[in-house]
Amino acid sequence: MIALSDYLILGAILFAISIAGIFINRKNVIVLLMCVELMLLAVNINFVAFSHFLGDNAGQVFVFFILTVAAAEAAIGLAILVVLFRSKQSINVEDMDALKG
Amino acid sequence: MTLEKLIFYVLAAVVLLSATMVVTRRNPVHSALFLILTFVACSGIWLLAEAEFLAIVLVLVYVGAVMVLFVFVLMMLDIDIAVLRAGFIKLLPLGIVLAIAMAAELILIVGPGNFGLEQYAVPARHAADYSNTEELGSVLYTVYMYPFEIAAVILLVAIIAAIGLTMRKRPGAKYLDPAGQVAVKSGDRIRVVSMDAEKG
Repeated sequence: MIALSDYLILGAILFAISIAGIFINRKNVIVLLMCVELMLLAVNINFVAFSHFLGDNAGQVFVFFILTVAAAEAAIGLAILVVLFRSKQSINVEDMDALKG
Repeated sequence: MTLEKLIFYVLAAVVLLSATMVVTRRNPVHSALFLILTFVACSGIWLLAEAEFLAIVLVLVYVGAVMVLFVFVLMMLDIDIAVLRAGFIKLLPLGIVLAIAMAAELILIVGPGNFGLEQYAVPARHAADYSNTEELGSVLYTVYMYPFEIAAVILLVAIIAAIGLTMRKRPGAKYLDPAGQVAVKSGDRIRVVSMDAEKG
């Protein structure tokens, strides 16, 4: 039988992999966006697992809303990326220093 | 080991391996394709957890729309991979150490000691005629009606923002002005000329 902890451990390891991905790919914005998608997926696995084990479908409704917001985030993120590439001819994070932050 | 558990472990291994590939591949197109594999395997895991509707939505929305958008953008941009990979080897040990530390901490919390079979027994399987989609729809359109409408507005904002960000006026292009077309008067189009009739 699959225990709740199996799902949660899978989500935890997936989240850790995406954190590592953000560290090692910190110059490439498009891979950073993919790592954010992986993080959201890890969180969604936890929601689905808890929804299954607690017998409450509020968790699945929440995953539905997370998917909606993630789709909106990806669309706007990629639009910003395209505009950025048009003006700077690069998607390197280090070239984005116009605000001198 | 039951068949169910075997399927779970195979799918979980695919998810974790392809996620590792996503963050380590040199070519971002390969990363995007491995991310698609991650999503598909994860949708199998959601099927095991009896979230059938979300499993299908994950494949349709994520693989079908979001990842296609990613691949489209990747193909449009002319990316210099060598520059982007410059700090990769230097940061790799830090990333691995951080990931292992974080995974270890999380597993200590969510491991079998706190969320094992003793604490949370496996729920009984639903009957064959149970519809997960129907169940979700019945709460989504009643209890969660207001959040559902907000989600719709968020998607609308995303559409407008994406179009507004990427649209640009090209200097040479010819456009029609819809406002001008609607506001046109009959006097702008025809000219009534009064003239004497010709004699045959």
